[in-house]
Amino acid sequence: MKPNVLILRAPGTNCDLETAYAFELAGATTERVHVNRVLENPALLERFQILCFPGGFSYGDDIAAGRVMATKIRVNLVDAIRKFRDDGKLILGVCNGFQILIKSGILVADDDKGAPVTLTWNKSGVYTDRWARLEVKSDKCVFLKGIEKMYLPVAHAEGKFMARDESVLDALEAQGRLALRYVPSDNPNGAARDVAGACDETGRVFGLMPHPERHVDKTQRPDWTRFRDDPDFATRVGDGLQIFKNATEYFA
Amino acid sequence: MLWEVDIFAAPGLPDVAAAEATADALDLGFSPNLTFGTARGYLAQGDLTREQIDALVEKLLADPVVERATVGRVGDPALDLSLRGDKGKIVYAIPKPGVTDAVADAALKSAREFGIVPEAVRTFKKYWIDGASDEELRRLGRKLLANDAIEQVAYGKLDFDTLQVGSSYKFELIVVPIRRFSDDELLALSKDMGLYLSLLEMRTIQEHFVKLDRDPTDVELETIAQTWSEHCSHKTLAGVIEYDDGTGTKRLFENMLKETIFDATVKIRENLGESDFCVSVFSDNAGVVKFDDEHNVCFKVETHNHPSALEPYGGANTGIGGVIRDPMGTGMGAKPVCNTDVFCFAPPKLDASEVPNGVLHPRRVVKGVVAGVRDYGNRMGIPTVNGAVYFDKRYLGNPLVYCGNVGLIPVDKSFKEPKPNDLIVAMGGRTGRDGIHGATFSSVELTSESETVSGGAVQIGNAITEKTVLDVMLEARDRGLYDAVTDCGAGGFSSAVGEMGEDIGAEVDLSAALLKYEGLSYSEIWISEAQERMVFAVPKDKWPELKALCDSEDVEAFVLGEFKPNGRLVLKYDGKVVADLEMKFMHKGRPRAVRQAIYRPTDVAPITVAPEGVELPARTIASEAVSRAQSCGKEFKSAAALDLEAILGSLNVASKHWIIRQYDHEVQGGSVLKPLVGVASDGPGDAAVLRPKVSSRRGLVVSNGMNPNYGDYDTYHMATSAIDEAIRNAVAVGANPNTISILDNFCWGASDKPEVLGSLVRAALACREASIEFGTPFISGKDSLNNEFRPEGSDEAVAIPPSLLISAMGQVDDVETCVSMDLKKPGDAIYLVGTTKNELGGSHLSLVRNWVGGQVPTVDVPLAKRIYNAIYAATQARLISAAHDLSEGGLAVALAESAFAGGFGAEVDLAAVELASESGSLGSLPGVDDVADCVKLFSESNSRFIVEVAEKNAEAFEKILTDAGAPFVAIGKVVEEPRLTIKGSAGGAAIDADLADLKRRWQKPLDLGGEVD
Repeated sequence: MKPNVLILRAPGTNCDLETAYAFELAGATTERVHVNRVLENPALLERFQILCFPGGFSYGDDIAAGRVMATKIRVNLVDAIRKFRDDGKLILGVCNGFQILIKSGILVADDDKGAPVTLTWNKSGVYTDRWARLEVKSDKCVFLKGIEKMYLPVAHAEGKFMARDESVLDALEAQGRLALRYVPSDNPNGAARDVAGACDETGRVFGLMPHPERHVDKTQRPDWTRFRDDPDFATRVGDGLQIFKNATEYFA
Repeated sequence: MLWEVDIFAAPGLPDVAAAEATADALDLGFSPNLTFGTARGYLAQGDLTREQIDALVEKLLADPVVERATVGRVGDPALDLSLRGDKGKIVYAIPKPGVTDAVADAALKSAREFGIVPEAVRTFKKYWIDGASDEELRRLGRKLLANDAIEQVAYGKLDFDTLQVGSSYKFELIVVPIRRFSDDELLALSKDMGLYLSLLEMRTIQEHFVKLDRDPTDVELETIAQTWSEHCSHKTLAGVIEYDDGTGTKRLFENMLKETIFDATVKIRENLGESDFCVSVFSDNAGVVKFDDEHNVCFKVETHNHPSALEPYGGANTGIGGVIRDPMGTGMGAKPVCNTDVFCFAPPKLDASEVPNGVLHPRRVVKGVVAGVRDYGNRMGIPTVNGAVYFDKRYLGNPLVYCGNVGLIPVDKSFKEPKPNDLIVAMGGRTGRDGIHGATFSSVELTSESETVSGGAVQIGNAITEKTVLDVMLEARDRGLYDAVTDCGAGGFSSAVGEMGEDIGAEVDLSAALLKYEGLSYSEIWISEAQERMVFAVPKDKWPELKALCDSEDVEAFVLGEFKPNGRLVLKYDGKVVADLEMKFMHKGRPRAVRQAIYRPTDVAPITVAPEGVELPARTIASEAVSRAQSCGKEFKSAAALDLEAILGSLNVASKHWIIRQYDHEVQGGSVLKPLVGVASDGPGDAAVLRPKVSSRRGLVVSNGMNPNYGDYDTYHMATSAIDEAIRNAVAVGANPNTISILDNFCWGASDKPEVLGSLVRAALACREASIEFGTPFISGKDSLNNEFRPEGSDEAVAIPPSLLISAMGQVDDVETCVSMDLKKPGDAIYLVGTTKNELGGSHLSLVRNWVGGQVPTVDVPLAKRIYNAIYAATQARLISAAHDLSEGGLAVALAESAFAGGFGAEVDLAAVELASESGSLGSLPGVDDVADCVKLFSESNSRFIVEVAEKNAEAFEKILTDAGAPFVAIGKVVEEPRLTIKGSAGGAAIDADLADLKRRWQKPLDLGGEVD
């Protein structure tokens, strides 16, 4: 079955087109839907197998990255989205999407002290666009199946993964949920335990700061001109494509 | 009731804003003993309980993992204490009423999700500063913590207890009795109303109303002033100019731009015949050329100089926001696919004592401008892919901020035509007092008073409003819901409606406009330059569908009026006519003044060291690098090696990674060649390449050329060099030289000085000739004149150097043929392509050595064309492994950059390089032993590249160049060892340098902090 992907856009979403393209390259069908449509009619989710929160600056990232969109979800959509997950479907958040998944409590649920983790300002205090080497540290996450390493770009100001305390990190790590890490020397934002991406307890909800949709083509890699004469260059694809393929093939 | 919420970084986490303030204060010359603590915060007004505010803090405003908050009513002593224990006096910086405060708006709206309804919200920054006297504190407030143009400062306590904005407006028609005004009164009126019109223009208006037998209303005068402003009508350059070129011949231009730059494009299009790739030039908001069978591309570059001088963040923010609306307002609306930005600043480390009153320190300007472009471009989801930065002390009072945008537009949506009886629909941001008189203000000289008189011309943008308009507009375009669209830029509704209705007529109801706050007069509504607004011509039967579409995505739109086919502009407020003007008088009635322009040719003087005590203004970019290079310690270094180090460390050449990394250059997924390339992604690429359609292999190439230093010698060669550089950069990465289109942006000094205008006319004539010879058409352009600054108490205005930016847009059939500048493989041959002449005038070697005189680089266009076509052919045949253009610093700098970007060394022999025979006797250079080698290393002759070619491709490469008549010579090879070794013509080592050391010298100067690496 070709899964149908809902690319959820909001005012300020700006990676929706290329994310849709990445899913289509991987064999899925996609629809870009404005969040207002889902707020009007949460049952609309039923037609889809994958829900994707793409990158961008939802509602300007005013107050804090993803905060306004996450608030809308917490107040209006959290049950519909939990049901979506409990139906065995997949949820992916990229960059701003990861920020929304974290701040809405979908990816890591609140406990009695509130939200245990957050994504906050880069150690440098500024927006940074660069590439980072990544390592997969657990086999829990559906989206990362079979992937060991990736080279992907990050582009964010508020991507530093932080937890309330070490015990929160220990627990998540023990559950295999801190699934994607920066190679320590490439940690672009000071994230705790070099966390680049994390999943929920089912492994079907995954968020990451790097942009896999920006590396589905070989010419997106910053140093591709150095490999042009390699014998297998013609057949190469970008490292990020496998994430979208894993999601699509999950429904095969 | 007014609540205050102070939000602090949680204990144990760094106070990043405080660290930044400490560093900035030090740079601005404040005492190193100051300590800072910070909070960000919210003021919320309304009938709210403490529990409600606490709930908002917990659920919305503060992040419980990393932040802590204090809450109280304004004035509560608890708010005087920093949760982090910071000591000292308190300073608040708060956006002034009416200034865009997007975060506050978001808080206000999101609070409603929890059923909490504040009346108003505003954000602020709060500082605890220890160790400062009251005088220092006030100076900090003014120079660092707040900008008076947009923010108010409160010391100790907030001095207000409500956030009310605006008061109700009572209609009163203002009629200005100009018919009985004397000349002096006319001029006084022009000044008092901020019209910036000349006496001749004021008299013309007076005569017009005498004929009509009535006096004009204020809004009629405002409308005429806006239509006739330099910014909107380009009356100087598109006007009558009498040009004396110094050879005794005088030439009269009826319309200078039309007879030079536009004319070149007309000729090129004739010459191209069937293969003409222009679609729409110099007529729409951006120039349009063909891209593929389905799409055209359009390109526009604008400047936002004056606003950026007063409020760098807001000026640059709205500069990029404004230029994005140009492609959006081209044809039926293009989708923006990339941004470019070019800045000209004074050196950021200038001593604070050199900064006159009324001028912001260049470090603040640099940081503010970079952040302004970053926050808007990134939020719009448009990659910023190309740019440049130039430094010269003369930009101190007049920084230049060029912002560009490329858009992709379906072939069948590339033209528009508003129809009679279409509705005039405004969409996007609401109208406030923002930017009143921006169009007229941007056309005048700045003074130390500008900050106080022109503050209203400064605005802050809100990118998300523009993004939502873009989303809706593209959908509406594809559904065919309108006949025409244009942007609301300078001049606001007045300009947009006036231009769109020029051939029809328009009737507008100003009371229909959605306002940010109450109290705007009809006149203010009409000329406000509030951001993020577009104006559409909508058939009446399509309006309901368009409105529904807007509503569905939370975009505001309303009917402002109708294009009534009567050739008049009629404005009403509450049913009363407040203006009734003939379109013809507005657009054709401006009197044409004759301006004088003189160019005085000078002989090329031999190069000498600048006289004692004289330092070239441009040289300030390098003095620090020079002193560093000269105190290199024990290791012996040749003079050439020291020169190379000094040039690499000079600000124009130094790495711009601190800026580039703050811009999202990859969003939309089409990035092919990024601004930084090479093995560690840190080498300076020549041009950006992107695929504007992710499903296609076809690429767009974006580059630029600019050489303000050459303009001090000869603006003709400056202009041809800039054109050559822009084309050369595009060709270096693989663009087809025969489908490149270019834009001109002239930023100049006072155009009423004949010598200044003469230097501009000379540059425009050069543009015409070079453009025709290259076959490279100009498709759009823009000018910004009167970039002069008069410091307090001085009669002498400081003019910027002549600053012509050429922006180029090229194309490539298959992006996989593209080439980057980094060396790829030891053993490969390195070629020098092109002709090296003795052209050190205005060069970077001259700058670091403080030399004056010499020949500036010239362009031999027929030779350049042969070279570019040959390089393109070799690129297409995939024979080239790396190519890098030779520009600032010549061969030596290009070799160093390509080597450290690739992580491999280069061994080069200067004996192989031949100087052009016309270089004749080289004469002498001050303090230089081997003049020929110095010229070979550092001459900035145009149309040259270094090219890396693998051994297996060498023969085919040489054949292509030989057949094309393109001069080339093999000068050395790529080596494993990371050193740059350049053998002198006489045999010894001219330069033998460690690449890591060169790279460090190149990366350090402009790293203004912040980035994690």
